[in-house]
Amino acid sequence: MSKKMHIKLKVNGKDEEFLAEPRELLIYTLRERLNITGPHIGCETSHCGACTVTINGKSVKSCTMFAAQADGAEVTTIEGIGGPDNLHPLQEAFREHHGLQCGYCTPGMITRASKLLEENPNPTEEEIRFGMAGNICRCTGYQNIVKSIQAAATEMNAAKEAAE
Amino acid sequence: MKDDITRDERVENLKGMGCSRKRVEDARFTQGKGNYVDDIKLDGMLFGDFVRSPYAHARITNIDTAAALEVPGVIAVLTAADLAPLGLHWMPTLAGDKQMVLADSKVLFQGQEVAFVVAEDRYAAADGIEAVEVEYEELPVIVDPFDALKSDVVLREDTVGEDGKPTDGAHGPRKHHNHIFTWEAGDKDPTEEVIANAEVVAEETMYYHRTHPCPLETCGSVASMDKVNGKLTLWGTFQAPHAIRTIVSLISGIEEHNIRVISPDIGGGFGNKVGAYPGYVCSVVASIVTGKPVKWIEDRMDNLMTTAFARDYHMTGKISATKDGKITGLHCHVTADHGGFDACADPTKFPAGFMNICTGSYDIPTAYLEVDGVYTNKAPGGVSYRCSFRVTEAVYFIERMIEVLAIKLNMDAAELRRINFIKKEQFPYTAALGWEYDSGDYHTAWDKALETVDYNGLRAEQEQRVADFKAGKTRKLMGIGLSFFTEIVGAGPVKNCDILGLGMFDSCEIRIHPTGSAIARLGTISQGQGHATTFAQILASEIGLPADSITIEEGDTDTAPYGLGTYGSRSTPVAGAATAMAGRKIRAKAQMIAAYLLEVHDNDVEFDVDRFVVKGAPERFKTMKEIAFAAYNQAIPGVEPGLEAVSYYDPPNMTYPFGAYICVMDIDVDTGVPEIRRFYALDDCGTRINPMIIEGQVHGGLTEALAVALGQEIAYDDMGNCKTGTLMDFFLPTAWEVPNYETDYTVTPSPHHPIGAKGVGESPHVGGVPCFSNAVQDAFRPFGNTHTNMPHDHWRIWKTASDLGLHG
Repeated sequence: MSKKMHIKLKVNGKDEEFLAEPRELLIYTLRERLNITGPHIGCETSHCGACTVTINGKSVKSCTMFAAQADGAEVTTIEGIGGPDNLHPLQEAFREHHGLQCGYCTPGMITRASKLLEENPNPTEEEIRFGMAGNICRCTGYQNIVKSIQAAATEMNAAKEAAE
Repeated sequence: MKDDITRDERVENLKGMGCSRKRVEDARFTQGKGNYVDDIKLDGMLFGDFVRSPYAHARITNIDTAAALEVPGVIAVLTAADLAPLGLHWMPTLAGDKQMVLADSKVLFQGQEVAFVVAEDRYAAADGIEAVEVEYEELPVIVDPFDALKSDVVLREDTVGEDGKPTDGAHGPRKHHNHIFTWEAGDKDPTEEVIANAEVVAEETMYYHRTHPCPLETCGSVASMDKVNGKLTLWGTFQAPHAIRTIVSLISGIEEHNIRVISPDIGGGFGNKVGAYPGYVCSVVASIVTGKPVKWIEDRMDNLMTTAFARDYHMTGKISATKDGKITGLHCHVTADHGGFDACADPTKFPAGFMNICTGSYDIPTAYLEVDGVYTNKAPGGVSYRCSFRVTEAVYFIERMIEVLAIKLNMDAAELRRINFIKKEQFPYTAALGWEYDSGDYHTAWDKALETVDYNGLRAEQEQRVADFKAGKTRKLMGIGLSFFTEIVGAGPVKNCDILGLGMFDSCEIRIHPTGSAIARLGTISQGQGHATTFAQILASEIGLPADSITIEEGDTDTAPYGLGTYGSRSTPVAGAATAMAGRKIRAKAQMIAAYLLEVHDNDVEFDVDRFVVKGAPERFKTMKEIAFAAYNQAIPGVEPGLEAVSYYDPPNMTYPFGAYICVMDIDVDTGVPEIRRFYALDDCGTRINPMIIEGQVHGGLTEALAVALGQEIAYDDMGNCKTGTLMDFFLPTAWEVPNYETDYTVTPSPHHPIGAKGVGESPHVGGVPCFSNAVQDAFRPFGNTHTNMPHDHWRIWKTASDLGLHG
């Protein structure tokens, strides 16, 4: 065990401050320390994306980042994307288009998709497939995930247009 | 009394069978509020993890745990020596064998569990694992089952008797000390005679490689022994929670009523979570020893290297036919590599599962199957990865043999299938290897599939492509993959299907609440199939209450009726049938209540969507909602209060879903990269409960089929090192590699199932693997290819092209 580090994070809008060993992984911090269990662990090697969160505006796999590396960062997990009273269009679209089955990849999938649509509000199917290739789903075969993201994009663009 | 809505609207309001009801599970999953086993937290909970063997075969001469116990945060270290006094250092497998929980003086595969370190958290457990000192003495490693059957090296000491001869195994005599069982079906001599005298015989040897179900969530458990009340609660990734409860009781001696097993949300199973694993047992023992809850969660490497591989079948086939293509006989021999322990999850009487469905969809008069199970220094398992017991192997075998025969006959493979299909009027059909197929209409499905894809047009295009390739105009070949599969699912009839003596029935218990809503509990457990959605639909149609008013609950053995769980596409065929039957009991009682309320004889009312109406006077009725309330507030002579029912359903037969798949693929011979241009999947799963969910199951199963056929593999080197322990090496397709699929269907209801449903979750995998493989092989057929083994990754495809001289 080595000396603990003083780490500050803003997670889903809430300030968090704690002492942690340098080796503590961010996914561990989220799940075990902060009880934010939406992000999941699937592979520990950055391949599956079940642990995807947004850090300072970028999609990051929290299973291969130390909490210390995120010191001072803003972290958004699925819990910060939408809840019962403010569902994100992606959360509705995944349900509407059967974009999930066992649900294990879903938080990471939606978290990544939310960034993808920020980066590219009108993605083609190819762009969605490429942009989501860091997130593995074992159940759906992706076809309905693509459909869900397309539907959410349409919905979000229409809402944006209506607001303008 | 009059309705203000039409009958059609009443039907629609129920959201019963046949509609694409949106899933009730999705709200929690999309908001990060699923409750998987690793999400469970209990006061004072400890974390346990394994010291694992780096060797595939070694004697353990010493384990020193002293240094580990000094590591901060480490609470205890368990070894076989600690478990032996309790009789828990070995445990029974579902296949009649036994398996070491912790290494008992030797290890038989790389990654085997040697010691269990219990600590305050995962980091402390990892530190403790590093500090455990194990001394190994390496032994000769056998990774090939054919070598195993020739070797003097004894892998399992319990296979040699005091007389030095092989002991009997769970399924009869052993042929050799590393041999587990021989299992036969069909008639040997007549089959050999038919083949010896046939006009045409095609032979092929094929290896269905070792792979892994690899659900995104690994296996894990949390055990909590309450010493005050003597109760053990065990949460875990269990596809069969009741069976786990019984096993835990049998091996621990804790009475079954004092054990509560809970399967929370499960992040995919695909067969990986059927068996019992050392981690489950160790979490229980550690909780008993420490008096605290103990969690065990695999990491991905543990998962791929140790729990539940699938396949590893070396298959040799002979198929005979007349000159014009009528099949006369089929012979199949399998050498099955089971690894260090026989830990398959098959019904007891079927050590090779339902491999004897390998005559497929064809009317083959004579057949013989022989399977030899063998021990090697590889991980134990042999589970059915997204298929009913070994059905994937069987269907791959026959769908390859058909292609090989077509080549031998110089005949179109689609036509060869057509002339050999079991005809509609032959059902129920008894196959040469024993099964009675309940129903089917293969010709209709096949014709629809061929017509939809314009099969003749595709063959013409392929011919042109070959000409262009030969003329140097293109470097891409075109393959047309065909597959017509018949599955055997829904195990199964108690008369011939049991696991550890537990009959493979399933169950449903329904309680109707006074205000007309309900809860139904089943002996199964969803791992993504959407049971909470679809079982409510079955009930809605059966009892006339809206699906939205019915809660479905599974996975808690304290509340759910006993059942054998979810795998082998058995939930809808067995528990779905129990649900319908329990619903009918509710309806029968409701009929009496309705008749009483309407002041007519029981036989004078009839069920209509959501109510009972007086025959001939539809304006006189009682809705199921009204009847539910009456069940709780009326004193009805001769009728007990309340409205509940339970059904334990013992299916009279298996169900036999089938389908026709066609894949069109372009293959770059210089890079070995296959590009799937089109995939058409027609499934017949009988009555369709929720088309949206069926389609989702088909997409997912096809993608797992693509993975297995085109690259997914558990591979070992000669030293028994697993070379595919991470997702870097083990292929899971991403959105980038997966095509869009076209789905289609026919409906041939099962004649013996209460609602005619057959199960669908595994069909696309079973039918998909040979379809993808056949597409690759078909592309090379014009250049002399008859068969190459899967997985057809880029390297192997390139190698095939190279071996055929296509690289100039």
